[in-house]
Amino acid sequence: MAELLLELLSEEIPARMQARAADDLKRLVSDGLKAAGLAFTDARAFATPRRLALVVDGLPTARADVSEERRGPRVGAPDQAVQGFLKGAGLASLDQAEKRDTGKGEFWFAVVRKTGGPTADALPGIIDAAMKALPWPKSMKWGSGTMTWVRPLQSIVALFDGKVLAGEVAPGGQMAPIKFGDSTRGHRFLSKGEIKVSGFADYAAKLEAAHVILDPAERRKIILAGAEKLCAEAQVSLRSDEALLDEVTGLVEWPVPMLGTIDGQFMDVPPEVLIVSMKTHLRHFVTTKKDGALASRFVVVANTVARDGGQTIVDGNERVLRARLSDAKFFWDQDRKQRLEERLPALKDIVFHAKLGTQAERVTRIEILADKIAPHVPGADSAQAILAAHLCKADLVSGMVGEFPELQGIIGRYYALGEKLPLAVADAIGDHYAPAGPNDRCPSAPVSIAVALADKLDALISFWAIGEKPTGSRDPFALRRAALGIIRIVVENRIRLPLRHFFKADDLMAFFAERLKVQMREKGVRHDVVDAVFALGDEDDLVRLLARVEAVQSFLGTEAGKNLLTAYGRAANIVRAEEKKDKALSARIAGAPDAALLEQSEEKAVAAALADIERLVKPALQREDFAGAMQAFAGLRGPIDSFFEKVTVNVGDKPDLRLNRLRLLNQIRATMDSVADFSKIEG
Amino acid sequence: MPVSDPSARVKPTCFQELILTLQEYWARQGCLILQPFDMEMGAGTFHTATTLRALGPKPWYAAYVQPSRRPTDGRYGDNPMRLQHYYQFQAILKPSPPDILERYLGSLEAIGIDTSLHDIRFVEDDWESPTLGAWGLGWEVWCDGSEVSQFTYFQQVGGIDVDLVSGEITYGLERLAMYLFDKKSIYELPFNRADSEVPLTYGDVFLQNEREQSTYNFEVADTDMLFRHFADAEKECGRLIAKKLPLPAYEQCIKASHCFNLLDARGVISVTERQSYILRVRELAKACCEAWLATQTAEAA
Repeated sequence: MAELLLELLSEEIPARMQARAADDLKRLVSDGLKAAGLAFTDARAFATPRRLALVVDGLPTARADVSEERRGPRVGAPDQAVQGFLKGAGLASLDQAEKRDTGKGEFWFAVVRKTGGPTADALPGIIDAAMKALPWPKSMKWGSGTMTWVRPLQSIVALFDGKVLAGEVAPGGQMAPIKFGDSTRGHRFLSKGEIKVSGFADYAAKLEAAHVILDPAERRKIILAGAEKLCAEAQVSLRSDEALLDEVTGLVEWPVPMLGTIDGQFMDVPPEVLIVSMKTHLRHFVTTKKDGALASRFVVVANTVARDGGQTIVDGNERVLRARLSDAKFFWDQDRKQRLEERLPALKDIVFHAKLGTQAERVTRIEILADKIAPHVPGADSAQAILAAHLCKADLVSGMVGEFPELQGIIGRYYALGEKLPLAVADAIGDHYAPAGPNDRCPSAPVSIAVALADKLDALISFWAIGEKPTGSRDPFALRRAALGIIRIVVENRIRLPLRHFFKADDLMAFFAERLKVQMREKGVRHDVVDAVFALGDEDDLVRLLARVEAVQSFLGTEAGKNLLTAYGRAANIVRAEEKKDKALSARIAGAPDAALLEQSEEKAVAAALADIERLVKPALQREDFAGAMQAFAGLRGPIDSFFEKVTVNVGDKPDLRLNRLRLLNQIRATMDSVADFSKIEG
Repeated sequence: MPVSDPSARVKPTCFQELILTLQEYWARQGCLILQPFDMEMGAGTFHTATTLRALGPKPWYAAYVQPSRRPTDGRYGDNPMRLQHYYQFQAILKPSPPDILERYLGSLEAIGIDTSLHDIRFVEDDWESPTLGAWGLGWEVWCDGSEVSQFTYFQQVGGIDVDLVSGEITYGLERLAMYLFDKKSIYELPFNRADSEVPLTYGDVFLQNEREQSTYNFEVADTDMLFRHFADAEKECGRLIAKKLPLPAYEQCIKASHCFNLLDARGVISVTERQSYILRVRELAKACCEAWLATQTAEAA
């Protein structure tokens, strides 16, 4: 058993691509090994900013010869079949095949011999194929070459059983081939010269000595432990941030966490501004005090051991942060000299969309919508909703949002608070873009809900009006996100909003239905049940709609529900088949069956059950007690089963009786369809 | 090779020494030291030494300072970190040599960034110029969190796949100088040495220019004239392409691009029109690049 070690050294690989690339390398090489009949016990892949590495354990050093027999076409078969057989078996002509009588006639046979030989002979091809197939999200050429890789490839370590594999990668052009070898490089700044390695254990140990921690999981641990230790000493807490931790892990080969300090003069700037500056712009970790407020320390993770212990690096990072924050503070102080109201005229100069006018016009539309929505949101004061809508975009023309666009809304909230506007109004300004995505928080305060809904509804209605509807691949105005945002706000806060009061377009309602299905699918709600409820046509209250969906789905999960669905299907099928034969039938079988024409006890029982249900279901639906309504249906199952067992519907010689029975079946359908269109339910 | 050269000057202490140091360093790396292109442009990339020379089969190593104008970035001299006229130092190495990153790091050492004291990082940053129809992959280079350069491997220019990949290094000189000389405002940067006979700051040289040019860019520029100039340049560019004169044609393209930037700063181009103007400039750039490439391959054949 032997080990394969592969390392691909390159210039700096983007952090976001490393983990995926390591996985892909492992998968592609493993697949290649399996296809070549090379079994192994384990494969592990690693990535650092400069290298992808793979170790495969437990490979055989050689493969045995394999001979495999293939049966071809019958002797005398058409030439096409023969040629296909020869090609598949790798034979030049039939002289190399043999005839054999199988008892069912004479057939051609080929014996294909695969020579095994040393594993080392097969590996270079597998490595080469894996490198060619590795799907970098973006890759490039360099020098005079034609090969593409994420950034210029510098060297390759390819060792099998401790020996260098014979192979190379040719970048093309005038560039020298990169030969498989046994040497690599350590840290860019903390290590000099080449490092010769003999196998994985040696490789990992020598890299560590050369200031490279190969395993990202280990680097992550070092960063986290180091950061937490520094924080503990400074009596602050590290604010957890998995995404940032992952990114920083991909930016360093030798992580050295250090503690920096935010200049005190900036601590009155909104914490969101400090956080964006630190985290997004500088990849600094934020810390908090005991009460959860932002602390004046940050953690920066350097990729080096500096000879002065890191003082210069900390100073430099503090300096960059100071420069950014003095900009921010400048805007913070300047902006607050002007009230939000005074900024509004400037919105007239910002085009929202050529066909939809300026931001000022958009604000007017949002105000009108907020006014119309507020009465549907319990506890929302209309005047406050209108005021918040009026001011919600004012911060777009502030210096701060010009500098930190990602803080739109949040900055407006601070300025509103500074002007002593009601808290609900300020919060609504801050919340009205939310939720920005599936993981973002959803507004829950009444005024915020009204304005957030108005903002999104305006976008949907307006873009719909000018024909800018999203297509499968294109959604430049993020209308899917807007619709999902409305769905989340309405559903999570149980807001009874009749969407149809706000727009006419059927396809916009259908767009909501589609988004709702996507949204609900993740929560385990069946898309066909959603369709069945939407098919009622007049349901535009998403809360009521979901209550119906929930009741129907849970009913369908019961034995009674499943049986009743089968019965519904039979009833509907019979009616539909008859309707097809006779176009005029539909009108004649509408309405309740004639009691006098009910002959058999089974049909009388169904009619009685339907009457009971009618009595129970209508009020239940009015109470929006959908579970109750479904419960009532359970009583229908027994009579229907007996009906289908004993009663013939299409009695040829008694047209009135037939018609009455069809009417009965049709009524089963109609009664059930008052809750949802059960014909949309998939068996 | 980033060998330490005994003749290398000591660490720069002012703006002009920073430029001189970079010029000397890249000259030692085999680069031609060119002078700025004598027209208004938004970035050093527009210089023919980059845009056009990045295309075609001929190797090309060059470095130069390029005054760059971005009218919308003007702040009337009030903002300590932003200018409508600033300087880029640009080095282009085509084809990119295998040790180009080491050479680049050598330039940081030359200007006084000691890598045993500082934390140098290569952070993913893909570059794209919509007006030039150009893109490449590379990094922002950070020194202790401060962006000190941009590094790009050109993949396409003028919509054309490059034959040889250029490694392009751009230093934003004012920003880099602020970092090196620890100044909070561009205007406080020492332009020449503090012990000079007439020591002057960046502000002494350029503050008035920022004020006047910002006023011109935002308030005074004659937009009718600029629209006319744009149209004229566009037309002339097409005419020169037809006459197989890519270099004069390209100058008209640069002119159109600058007219567009000024019109943009005057706020007379709407969001939708904006896109169409960018596309018009790109079409010119594409045509110039194609015509230039034809001359290069004809010569090589």
